[in-house]
Amino acid sequence: MSIAWHGLLDSIEATETGLQSAGYIASRPISTAVYLAHHLRKPILVEGPAGVGKTELAKAVSGWLGLSLIRMQCYEGLDESKALYEWKYGKQLLYTQILKDRLGSVLGEEPGLDAAMRRLHGVSDLFFSEEFLEPRPLLRALREPGGAVLLIDEVDKADQEFEAFLLELLSDYQVSIPEIGTVQAEVAPLVLLTSNSMRDLGDALKRRCLHLHIGLPDARLEARIIASRVPAAAEDLRRQLVAFVQQLRTLDLKKLPSVSETIDWARVLVLLHAPQLDHGMVRDTLNVLLKFESDIEAVEPQIAELLLRAKREAVPVR
Amino acid sequence: MTEGPLLDFFRAARGAGLRISPAESIDATRAVQVVGFADRARLKDTLSLVLAKTAEEKQSFGEVFELFFRRGDYGEEGGPDGGAGEAPPADRPDPPQSGEGQGGGGEGGEGGGAGSGGDLARMLLANDQAALAAAVERAGQEAGLGNIALFTQVNLFTRRILDRMGLQALDRAIAAAPESERGQRLRRGRERLREQVRGFVEQALQLYARGETEAFRERRLRETRLAAIERRDHERMRQLVRAMARRLATQYGRNRKRDRRGVLDVRRTLRRNMGWEGIPFHVIWKQERIEKPKLVVLCDVSGSVAAVAQFLLLFLYSLNEALSGLHAFAFCGNLVEVSDILEGKPIEAAIPAVMERAGYGSSNYGMALADFEREHLRLLDSHTTVIILGDGRGNRTEPRADILATMAERAKQVVWLNPEYRTLWGTGDSDMPRYAPHCRVVAMCSTLQQLERVIGDLLRDGG
Repeated sequence: MSIAWHGLLDSIEATETGLQSAGYIASRPISTAVYLAHHLRKPILVEGPAGVGKTELAKAVSGWLGLSLIRMQCYEGLDESKALYEWKYGKQLLYTQILKDRLGSVLGEEPGLDAAMRRLHGVSDLFFSEEFLEPRPLLRALREPGGAVLLIDEVDKADQEFEAFLLELLSDYQVSIPEIGTVQAEVAPLVLLTSNSMRDLGDALKRRCLHLHIGLPDARLEARIIASRVPAAAEDLRRQLVAFVQQLRTLDLKKLPSVSETIDWARVLVLLHAPQLDHGMVRDTLNVLLKFESDIEAVEPQIAELLLRAKREAVPVR
Repeated sequence: MTEGPLLDFFRAARGAGLRISPAESIDATRAVQVVGFADRARLKDTLSLVLAKTAEEKQSFGEVFELFFRRGDYGEEGGPDGGAGEAPPADRPDPPQSGEGQGGGGEGGEGGGAGSGGDLARMLLANDQAALAAAVERAGQEAGLGNIALFTQVNLFTRRILDRMGLQALDRAIAAAPESERGQRLRRGRERLREQVRGFVEQALQLYARGETEAFRERRLRETRLAAIERRDHERMRQLVRAMARRLATQYGRNRKRDRRGVLDVRRTLRRNMGWEGIPFHVIWKQERIEKPKLVVLCDVSGSVAAVAQFLLLFLYSLNEALSGLHAFAFCGNLVEVSDILEGKPIEAAIPAVMERAGYGSSNYGMALADFEREHLRLLDSHTTVIILGDGRGNRTEPRADILATMAERAKQVVWLNPEYRTLWGTGDSDMPRYAPHCRVVAMCSTLQQLERVIGDLLRDGG
């Protein structure tokens, strides 16, 4: 069986341009990872600070390949019934109620208890069949006919037991459901897991994944990202704001601004019709970049100096 | 096809401290087959994705990759694996030795050199660096250079490689005409080659042997009696202890719940199933909360126990986030609270300060326990675990086991860690048999491994 999107992933360059067409500027390791994930049939474990585009990568991949994105947000206490499947108890109950009379007439004809029981055994399997199965994200991803992109978000927030439960899915793209059997993916989905390193993940999980670490981008890459995400920002402004954010990252702050903050800031500046950065504008919009009061207080007195340096550095970056 | 260099690289990477399982090396080989050897940057990205699993590992991976494939820069052309084009030509530096006054008369000597002195002499006279490097590489592989483990083997391997390259024939050629211009040049070439090969072997040593010895030492340190560890190993021990503590802390760093299968939580089951007329489709079990342990630690810091005490304290203080409270006391005779020292100073400075305040005397358990009863008994409640570290040798003083009994009653449990072998408990002035009945756990604890096991158990069951 040939799948249309498999053809799109035939080289690393094609992957990179493809991601770019979906609005995601990928560095070389990122596009290599996506390419390998498909060809080796392995999930990608994406780690990195918040806001560098881990979740965005999954969206871009699904957008580019035209696959549906199935997202599972992990949290403490997540279990099989929420991640994999659940029986539709209500429906089962309703059906038994409706079919009660019919059941009586079917069983009534049988002469003895034994025979009735045997008859019932034949029927009871009906109630634990696909009809009554409520698929949750993991199962949906496996059964998607044309393949899918499965995003298991913030896997470090889930319990360790859940991590162990994922192993079968990640290594063989199959899950075992006791009542039905093993469900195997017809077309292996592309799986991305993200982690903020809240805790160390187990070795078994890491071993099954390609490990991609996305750090904060350098000025050139960041400028390209802004150009793609906020095209309305004039080139002058773009270079200056990127240089400014790069300056901020060299400071000792509680939470460094990451790419998502830069994008937000660029959008804000565009909305405010700023032709270029100036002191008052930066001061008023600093809360878009910095999320802690203490960070803002630390940066405020340095704005003038940072701005000067940013403007000087903004020129050579072309 | 080209597994040879990859396998060598895996070994080198393991040497740098990356954990590469067989499954991962298979994955890496498959991945390289997909992307090919042609582009070095891409090869690096690929291997990094498959082999390095944390940010730190990515760092050391990058270093070992550069170190390993830099060798390829002058060694590949014409070598056994040269066909694969492993090193991209763009990164190849000019032959390093071309500026040493050798290039001028090289071609004139070549015709006569082929007959005597063998290939090696011909390569030296022609100053064919690429061929020489390839020959060194090949000879290194034949000599099993990947197995080098100790720096004392450098001379041995240098010798072996040179022999394989045909040093004897070269020596004969030089001996045959020691005074001629050709002989002189060969002699100079030989010396330089010796240096090159030596450098090559040393690089291999750096590449392959580092991890082996590190891993060996760490394994040994885990199993050595803490009292017998030498001072120069203390820094490494601290790192080991911290790593262990971090592992336990990530595992047990939050409050957990555990189902008690078999005990039905009727209230929550009813509520959960209200939608289905109270027919219990979902059964909910009672849960027990596993709380972070609250610890009170009493350390004997006299003589032999002191070494173990400092590692126990270091361990517990590194565990900070997995504990909900920690009070530390040290004693020889009198009991001294040391929590403030341990919290206020970096641990390297804190331990000597503790020793200063409490240590180096002969121990008197009875007095220490009496001090605790008088001043700190209120610390104990039904959530507290008391850990006592000591050999229980009170120098024939009154053991006051009755106070320990009181403490055991008030606290959740008492754990006694003893660095002595179990067979020695109760001999001489040891009061262990009198203390033991009041403790829930009495364990021998003289190595880091035992320490980790005891603390791990404690955290798992919530102290």
